[in-house]
Amino acid sequence: MRLFELSPPGRKVITGTLVFTAEDIVRYAKKYDPQPFHVDAEAAKNYVFGGLCASGWHTCAGWMKTYIAYWQKEVARLESEGLVAPKLGPSAGFKKLQWLKPVYAGDSVTYSVELVETRPLMSRPGTFINMTVCDGVNQNGDTVMRYEGTVLEFA
Amino acid sequence: MLHFEDFTPGSSYSLAEKHVTAEEIVEFASEFDPQPMHLSEEAGKASILGGLSASGWHTASMFMRMMYDGWLSNSSSEGSPGIEFMEWKKPVLAGDTLSGRSTVIESRPLRSRPGIGMVKFLHEVENQRGEIVMRGKNPIMMRFRDGQENAA
Repeated sequence: MRLFELSPPGRKVITGTLVFTAEDIVRYAKKYDPQPFHVDAEAAKNYVFGGLCASGWHTCAGWMKTYIAYWQKEVARLESEGLVAPKLGPSAGFKKLQWLKPVYAGDSVTYSVELVETRPLMSRPGTFINMTVCDGVNQNGDTVMRYEGTVLEFA
Repeated sequence: MLHFEDFTPGSSYSLAEKHVTAEEIVEFASEFDPQPMHLSEEAGKASILGGLSASGWHTASMFMRMMYDGWLSNSSSEGSPGIEFMEWKKPVLAGDTLSGRSTVIESRPLRSRPGIGMVKFLHEVENQRGEIVMRGKNPIMMRFRDGQENAA
């Protein structure tokens, strides 16, 4: 089955919620983005964000984490019903990624994905490119991140 | 330290070099993107990526660190509101050595935040064969050197 049959364009699918503890924020940032406002709660007060907050890339990786967990469950569910899950491949990138609000220590972010459109890839017969809108919303209902993603699909 | 005033259009800053190990590809993927081609050499070879390959979000994260070590740590960065686009143009495979640069496209003072300006960069990451593996464009907030709002 194709992705658009499982998840028609315009239907928002909640993939999961991730809590951003201070520990996780600092652990990620020390490896990949050790700017003061991502690793030091005290120093963070002197910057625009005003407090310890997650690297934007950590917020994005969190989207992927909940998406894969959701997708693995979904594939298992379809198989148990005797259906063939869509065969999704890698992504070639994204655009219009907005970090709309800082994700502060203790925030929980609920992620979602929505299929926007699907079309055949001319350069690779039998392969489709799916355009998605992905976002993350914090515990106050504020959207903290949003981007337009792509994912390949094999027929 | 580099401030808003230093980032004139056309100026370019090197990213730190980064050697990518199989171990860290698997470590990142295990936590954030546990798909087979990011977890084992065998599954990677069987995929269209052709080998154990980094999650795109891992590549983006490594790029972030290469930028931090290369020049961002020596700047007055106040973070970024987002990324206009990012392209994962080729797989990043275990054993690759990445390098690259950030080039200033344009800059402007922020009316809403005195003493801070927005600098837009084109970032390019390439592998040891000189192939571009990742490109992206994004604005970064930078403090002015004197902490004053630019009258212009």
